Amino acid sequence: MSQADLSIHGQVSRTGATEIMTAPTFSVPAKKMAMWLFIIADTATFAGCLVAYGFIRNATPDWPRPFHGAAEIANIAIMTFILLTSSLTMLIGIRSAEKDDKAGAFRWMIITAVLGILFAVLHIREWLGMIGEGATLFHNPWGTPLFSSTFFSITGLHLLHVTGGVIALIAVAIRYQGGRYNADDIEVTGLYWHFVDLVWMFVVPLIYLMNLSH
Amino acid sequence: MAAAETHNTGGIGKDVAIYVLLLILAGIQFVIAYQDITASQMFVRMLSVAIIEGGIALLFFMHLSKNHGLMWFVVIFTVAVLLGLQYGWTDSYRLLDGVRWSH
Repeated sequence: MSQADLSIHGQVSRTGATEIMTAPTFSVPAKKMAMWLFIIADTATFAGCLVAYGFIRNATPDWPRPFHGAAEIANIAIMTFILLTSSLTMLIGIRSAEKDDKAGAFRWMIITAVLGILFAVLHIREWLGMIGEGATLFHNPWGTPLFSSTFFSITGLHLLHVTGGVIALIAVAIRYQGGRYNADDIEVTGLYWHFVDLVWMFVVPLIYLMNLSH
Repeated sequence: MAAAETHNTGGIGKDVAIYVLLLILAGIQFVIAYQDITASQMFVRMLSVAIIEGGIALLFFMHLSKNHGLMWFVVIFTVAVLLGLQYGWTDSYRLLDGVRWSH
């Protein structure tokens, strides 16, 4: 291709019509927009699960309230604290990446991942305690089996998201440090992590706190 | 891909303030859980606090407040889905009480 052809193509690419066609939606980069679309779809998934849970709870007389011990309540509070704190550490990681502080961004992302692992460990410990008392997907020692089914399904779906998030955090952090990913990728991963935190804000009151026995 | 958008307004101090606010709101949910109120009252209060928490996280942690076009896209789409999910609630009462006109 000659130099003249290149200049013609250069002029064409700068026309207004082409710029409109190539402008990102809502001025958001494609990766970030894809993550937002995923978050919207995942919101529908969790909302569907929580509405189904509410429907079942509303339609079931004598719904069990198995959470009563101080240790159980403390565990839920600590899990909430850890997840909220991990959102803050993620934000600090994003800000470090924006300032081109690679070591700082990597460090804060790994701290976020460690907090995610800690959350998952506490969650699994809680599950094992409940399973030890006889609760399974199809059996509930405190009454209707529907309680255990909905509890394990919804918290399990959330735990799956946390696990996926931890893997993504570690993978993106390593690739960012290696120079293959940039600050945009950190921000996109952060969006996902904040979403996982946001979902927990609804899971805790509806699944746990509404089922406290006084 | 374009360089990362910067979110420098307010800095880390603002992030920490929002984090503390979210912790307080989460604490309020635990207080509500121990109030001597009916399940429906508790549901409304819990959900109200959770929606405020979620809104704050969306606006400031996920930086939706910086992009109004995207914010309205997310809000309208999500609210439409959430409203669409509400159609079945009356049926949950039917499961409890039976069809009213059948009595």
